[in-house]
Amino acid sequence: MKVAMNVNGVARSGDIEPRVLLVDFLRTNLRQTGTHVGCDTTSCGACTVLLDGEPVKSCTLLAVQVQGRDIMTVEGLAQGATLSPIQAGFHEEHGLQCGFCTPGMMLVGTALLERNPDPSEEEIRWAISGNICRCTGYMNIVKSIQHAARARAEAQATPPAHAGAAVGGE
Amino acid sequence: MATATHMHGRIGESIKRKEDARFLRGKGNYLDDFVLPNMLEMAILRSPHAHARINSIDTTAASAMPGVIAVVTGELMAEHKLAWMPTLSGDTQAVLATDKVRFQGQEVAAVIAETKYQAEDARDAILVDYEILPAVTSPDGAKGAGAPLIRDDKEGQKDNHIYHWEAGNQATTQAAFATAHKVVRLTSFYPRCHPAPLETCGCLADVNSATGKATIYMTSQAPHAIRTVFALVTGLPEQQIRIISPDIGGGFGNKVPVYPGYVVATAASLLIGRPVKWVEDRSENLISTGFARDYHMTGDLAVDKDGKMLALRVHLDSDNGAFFSDAQPTKFKAGLFHIVTGSYDIPTAHVTADGYYTNKAPGGVAYRCSFRVTEASYLIERLVTNAAIELGIDQAEFRMKNFIKPEQFPYTSATGWIYDSGDYPQAMNVALQKLGYDELRKDVDARRKKGEVTGIGIASFTEVVGAGHGAEFDILGLRMFDSAELRVHPTGKALLRMGVKSQGQGHETTFAQIVTEELGIPAVDIAVEEGDTDTAPYGLGTYASRSTPVAGAATAMVARKLRDKARKIASHLLEVDEEDLEWRVSRFQVKGSPDRAKTIQEIAFAAYTNLPEGMEAGLEGVHYYDPPNMTYPFGTYAVVVDIDKGTGQVKVRRMVAVDDCGVRINPMIVEGQIHGGLTEGFGIAFMQLITFDSEGNCIGSNFMDYLLPTAWETPSFELGETVTPSPHHPLGAKGVGESATVGSPAAYVNAVIDALSPYGITNIDMPVGPDKVWAALRSKGVTE
Repeated sequence: MKVAMNVNGVARSGDIEPRVLLVDFLRTNLRQTGTHVGCDTTSCGACTVLLDGEPVKSCTLLAVQVQGRDIMTVEGLAQGATLSPIQAGFHEEHGLQCGFCTPGMMLVGTALLERNPDPSEEEIRWAISGNICRCTGYMNIVKSIQHAARARAEAQATPPAHAGAAVGGE
Repeated sequence: MATATHMHGRIGESIKRKEDARFLRGKGNYLDDFVLPNMLEMAILRSPHAHARINSIDTTAASAMPGVIAVVTGELMAEHKLAWMPTLSGDTQAVLATDKVRFQGQEVAAVIAETKYQAEDARDAILVDYEILPAVTSPDGAKGAGAPLIRDDKEGQKDNHIYHWEAGNQATTQAAFATAHKVVRLTSFYPRCHPAPLETCGCLADVNSATGKATIYMTSQAPHAIRTVFALVTGLPEQQIRIISPDIGGGFGNKVPVYPGYVVATAASLLIGRPVKWVEDRSENLISTGFARDYHMTGDLAVDKDGKMLALRVHLDSDNGAFFSDAQPTKFKAGLFHIVTGSYDIPTAHVTADGYYTNKAPGGVAYRCSFRVTEASYLIERLVTNAAIELGIDQAEFRMKNFIKPEQFPYTSATGWIYDSGDYPQAMNVALQKLGYDELRKDVDARRKKGEVTGIGIASFTEVVGAGHGAEFDILGLRMFDSAELRVHPTGKALLRMGVKSQGQGHETTFAQIVTEELGIPAVDIAVEEGDTDTAPYGLGTYASRSTPVAGAATAMVARKLRDKARKIASHLLEVDEEDLEWRVSRFQVKGSPDRAKTIQEIAFAAYTNLPEGMEAGLEGVHYYDPPNMTYPFGTYAVVVDIDKGTGQVKVRRMVAVDDCGVRINPMIVEGQIHGGLTEGFGIAFMQLITFDSEGNCIGSNFMDYLLPTAWETPSFELGETVTPSPHHPLGAKGVGESATVGSPAAYVNAVIDALSPYGITNIDMPVGPDKVWAALRSKGVTE
């Protein structure tokens, strides 16, 4: 059947079996491979994407369930060469090692800061508790999200003359 | 005077990681991200039973399903002599079962289809007629009278015993026990757990039907060793096999072995003539690939009346599952377990080990650990705390009294290890200071008087990492050296290729920094490549904390070789004798005339344009480093817990970790490794359990049953460090990736036991869940 959605602001569509999972549609049909599969049971969060701005686990949604809606994946975070505050935060605070959980973590962090620009450590830990990281022990992920919160606050306090200070990574 | 030039990215500097750029943008290249033209997908049918005879397999319906290209059974594999394969411990393992299944989750058949969904549909249509046999699920069951014979495929195998192994000296140990003032015993089960990297295992095999060349993308921590094993298994010429380990989403030992899926996918690609991808799902990963631990251990510690340790006696029964496929050096059947005397000056010790087949998944991988060091460290550190409690001596004081002293290094242990360097009292003191131990002890007493259940646990671990040297350490005869190849291009930029393979450890940054230190090329100008056996020099791979001790050393050595050549070129360019030149950060300058100098970039250009007469062109080299000894990182971890008497819930209030891994190349990366290891140690101590019911059904086959720590449970860590360089490593570095997983479980559990000791509770086996703590308290009459 036909399905259509906005992925990272671009209208995308496909002709798929009704049973196709959203994560498979993104990875296989659209070749957006930044969204990962870690567990198949909604437990690990590697497949997290934002559905109309809210984190969802794309391994447990059918692609047809998001007909006509907005999906954001990790590929939508950076603006050209400029990393988003959350991406820059993960780079600066060493919030990633193998990188497999990182897309999901960054999307959860992005959604958190949208609704709570100045979260406490406890609020951050609760927000990312649906996402498993096997490498970092979470401390630096918490710092990364705090780093992003500070950067967003600073950006809002100053006029947007230099939108892209953070480049991050060679 | 020459001004010191600052060079960004030298050793000791926490530069940000070079590899982040692609991962932050979702542009990593993990195995499942690869798609080749005409690619097929494979799904594996697995046994639902732990032990059963296969009467028949009917693939008729499956073969007729949409998109199905082939259904592969053990019978078909046997026609190509591929139904069985050798393991990394010199045993055999079924690729696809022909006679019996020997564990739940064993590979029985495979479907190759156009899409993954089609392959899985057809897999479910395969009919297998099983005759269920009684299952063995423990070493005790394996050695019991009348136990079913699991490996009846092996000629001469009459029981379920795999190996007997010993270390140390039985006679002197017995004599010492005879004179002991006190003997403290701990019987401890280190349960089966699973590394569970977030990315599962898989491969994409592409055998070119025209050239016969097999290119296999694989989630492998050891691609070169795998290539050699593949050549031996399949009979393909080794130059026709190319293993590519792309970005790996965590390994922790799980991605060291050869799995049947790799062999089936490669054979299928060869027979069909199209690329075949196989990626296991999470349940397949947890029930069939490299588990860890499953050691049943008994330790006896003999002590004199002054609290000095006299002797250690240890026996372990190892549950190896249905096939002995543990990855460990040939000489050491129980891995490096005989490091079990740990950080203590114990004059004599005797270690015995027996391995058994059971109807459980094979593997026995060293989960974030150097070949079973974790089990050894856990046993001695738990035993030492129990002994201190029993003797009425403070845990820290008892350790201090018995530590190997700094002046005793290099120290030969009772089981034959030669410890390279250490200062255990210093690490302990830093940890105790950080914790505020004396005050905290008083606080614990005060809280206990109020009825609170609280305690402090200490573990002072010593690891043995960085295998080889090659004469002692090998995998299937392959000596455990490692390698680095360095090419400096004419413009002074460089390419470093290595025989190891990062799975998140940050090799692209750390190893570039070693070149920066040794050759003065900025880290940003150095590309680090690993994992492609067609381009990288041969190496044994990344596990057992061996990358920095072995490949890091190789990197330093090859950079020094190039620097020696650079000196000759500089001498030619500056028209002075080599002896009149001195190296300064990134250039050779004339002694006493610092203005007369050539930078490494100028020298590199000359290596291709303006060479001394008779010199070979270019500035590149390779070094294979066979370490003279292992490195022995160590540290002291201290944990404070509070226990809820009503629920048995353990809360980690504080965790202080002082690590000494010698010289730290990138401290930020080192600390990240420690954070991760402490978290996995926390998971193992409190949550992670792969267990089985009496029929051999795996309990813990998904992330709802196999519990991993999230940000919510995981404590914050307080890190400290001491630096005792390794005397034999060219940079003074030791391995660090596994220290925290090795050292921390005992610290967590010791804290729980310390808290429960006033009630006479001396042991709870991991994972120390609230159910066990609650039951232990109730058994002593403690209620809310």
